[in-house]
Amino acid sequence: MKQLPRLFMLLAVLLTMQLFLFPMWSITLVAPQYPDGITMFIWIDRITGDTEYTLQNINILNHYVGMKYIEPDSIPELQYFKYVVLAISLLGMGALIANRKYLYLSWFILVALLGALGIYDFYLWEYDYGHNLSETAPIKIPGMVYQPPLIGTKMLLNFEATSLPATGGWLFGTGLMLSLVAFLTYPKTSRR
Amino acid sequence: MKKSGKILSFLALAGFLFYGCQNNAGQKATTTPIGNGDAASQVYVPPGEHDEFYAFLSGGFSGQVTVYGLPSGRLFKIIPVFSQDAEKAWGYNEETKPMLETSFGFIPWDDAHHPELSQTNGVPDGRWLFINGNNTPRVARIDLGTFETTEILEIPNSGGNHSSPFTTENSEYIVAGTRFSVPYPQTDVAINSYKENFKGALSFIKADEPGSMDVSFQILVPGYDYDLAHSGKGKSHGWTFFTSYNTEESHTLKEVNASQNDKDFIAAINWKKAEEYIAAGNFKEMPARYAHNYYNEETHMATSEMKENVKVLIPSECPGLIYYLPTPKSPHGVDVDPTGSYIVGAGKLSADITVHSFDKMIAAIESQAFDGEIDGIPVLKFDAVVEGAVQSGGLGPLHTEFDGNGYAYTTFFISSEVVKWKIGTWEVVDRVPCYYSVGHLMIPGGDSKKPWGKYLVAMNKITKDRYLPTGPELAHSAQLYDISGDKMKLILDFPTMGEPHYAQGIAADVIKDRSKKIYPLEENHHPHATLKEDQVRVERNGNEVHIYMTCIRSHFAPDNIEGVKVGDKVYLHVTNLEQDWDTPHGVSIMGANTSELLIMPGQTETLLWEPKFEGVIPFYCTDFCSALHQEMQGYIRVSAADANTELSWSLGE
Ligand SMILES: [Cu+2]
Repeated sequence: MKQLPRLFMLLAVLLTMQLFLFPMWSITLVAPQYPDGITMFIWIDRITGDTEYTLQNINILNHYVGMKYIEPDSIPELQYFKYVVLAISLLGMGALIANRKYLYLSWFILVALLGALGIYDFYLWEYDYGHNLSETAPIKIPGMVYQPPLIGTKMLLNFEATSLPATGGWLFGTGLMLSLVAFLTYPKTSRR
Repeated sequence: MKKSGKILSFLALAGFLFYGCQNNAGQKATTTPIGNGDAASQVYVPPGEHDEFYAFLSGGFSGQVTVYGLPSGRLFKIIPVFSQDAEKAWGYNEETKPMLETSFGFIPWDDAHHPELSQTNGVPDGRWLFINGNNTPRVARIDLGTFETTEILEIPNSGGNHSSPFTTENSEYIVAGTRFSVPYPQTDVAINSYKENFKGALSFIKADEPGSMDVSFQILVPGYDYDLAHSGKGKSHGWTFFTSYNTEESHTLKEVNASQNDKDFIAAINWKKAEEYIAAGNFKEMPARYAHNYYNEETHMATSEMKENVKVLIPSECPGLIYYLPTPKSPHGVDVDPTGSYIVGAGKLSADITVHSFDKMIAAIESQAFDGEIDGIPVLKFDAVVEGAVQSGGLGPLHTEFDGNGYAYTTFFISSEVVKWKIGTWEVVDRVPCYYSVGHLMIPGGDSKKPWGKYLVAMNKITKDRYLPTGPELAHSAQLYDISGDKMKLILDFPTMGEPHYAQGIAADVIKDRSKKIYPLEENHHPHATLKEDQVRVERNGNEVHIYMTCIRSHFAPDNIEGVKVGDKVYLHVTNLEQDWDTPHGVSIMGANTSELLIMPGQTETLLWEPKFEGVIPFYCTDFCSALHQEMQGYIRVSAADANTELSWSLGE
């Protein structure tokens, strides 16, 4: 019983580290001629698809309306996100070893802030891809922007775009909440 | 779909019962050939849903194979095999021209008769489909991952490859038996010296590994006409049976002279014994010349090599290799039941079907129940091997397949019907008419150990009034019967391409998930592939110009080319950079004396163009690929032979 907060924190750290194993976010495009949809997965350090060639296929579709090519190598976040995840995992470990109530809360607040920043950053990228269209695009529709939804579903011309956390994202969110549970279940008497 | 089918048939049944109670005339419906059920709902595959079976029909004189869905009868694809096909550039582009090479040179056509699915343990496994070319003796392999022909082997010292390419239980071999006996090896002799100089060859072709198809051995047999074949299965695995006619060895007016003998033969070959003789070196090396053509999926290119010499076994020197089973009158089909116990011979000039027993055949061989021998081949006593005869009441039995539930189905050409009979009692239990003059039939897996005995396709030779008329030439007609009940029911007519002589069917599930969607670019080892747009270029080598081009929605790179001259041989090597399913691009050039190219995602194809006049020649994409397909085009400038226009290429400049 005494060790319960620690156990929650351990889970929180493990659920953070799984981000190295599972994608954080997914964007799925469905259209009549793509009955199975095309799904793009965003990881902490790369972008993949449901097939090896998803990115090429999305880029081909995007070029008709003048969207920029998605080139993972040119996205700086994909270079340093892994260090951020590593750092917060280590901080979480530290809190776990120290087993202090307010370290758990601090970690929760820090990671929640970073998470919110991450989502804001993702929004900015989406905004940029959706709004900054090539002057020479073959298909130009006045007033049309192609920004996918931050979360949820939206029609972009003939494509229904759905943006949702992927396995890694859900697990990470769960971990974050568990760190809060660690704080809340911390026994009032057992102060060290 | 199943649910709605059930509801529909329930409604139909309810309606019938209701109607039937009120009025006996309602029963009349049961006697029509399409039965009393709702045939339309049985063959209806709703939009977007898939058929239950693939059916592969030969194209006969079209030289190709057609792919249909059952029960809908919808045509999905024509696979080019032995005939040039401008639609797919088969035999027109530089990559596939070698596929149609033979010892006689390039041949743009053949007569494709019998498709045969590869098998594992006697069951169709969906890896390959084989088919024979009857005219210039050949066999081909179609890969069922890509539905493309990948290998063609010519059969040496043979005249018309009809009894082919029937497979053994694990596709160890496919076979080829000569339809016309000819001098062996070919020489200039008088035709009326037939009896002395003409021989037949039964070939066993090793086919279990793509790329190395080869004639393992031939068996030199008397100069009969060898018609069809099937290999044993289960207990009879290790044997192959060939029907023969013209045992009279006549060489003229065969319709009379080859129809005189009361019985012809089924040749039973012990091919395991043949392997022993080959291993022991007990064969003759005979001169031969035959082509082996292989399309390599990694280089996207076919090569043709000429082979010489073939190993030949002589029956008189190889006891136990071959026996003759006397079979009434000019047997066409020879079909082995799913258990491998019975060998069914359909004497096409008789009324009855003859059934031999494999066990009796083995016993007769052991007790030497022979009726003499021919060229060292023992003729087994008819009474010692025959198990029964189906007294059909029809005329002209041709071919039998099985439903796996103890019944056999035989087509009758002359009386134009399918007859269902019971294995063991040999009694006829049902018969249905065919419209008109049925040749072969097909039950999915119906010649294997495990038939899917639900549908039967009859391939009819004569069409007449079945469809809207289309002038003197009519599509041949196939008919689909439901054989799941006691009575066969005609449920669909559908037109076919060319002349289907034979067909194979297989449950769709065995194949469909393995069907390829693209050719991965990283596996493209075509010597002239251009895998990235920034690698496109044009190179001149004497009067040869090589254009290394790419295409992707919706442009060619480069799309402006200058420096080509009259008299040049221009090779357009075009790589489709797409990696998305169902996104081919085509290429055609004004005035090129060849077909378009049709390039699948990740594939490279080459078009040879020899410009004849100065000018600026447009080229364009022929496959509607995208919203900007119509913009997918370019120009090649052709200058005079002695001009000094510099070689240059560009895109978007
Ligand atoms: Cu195109």
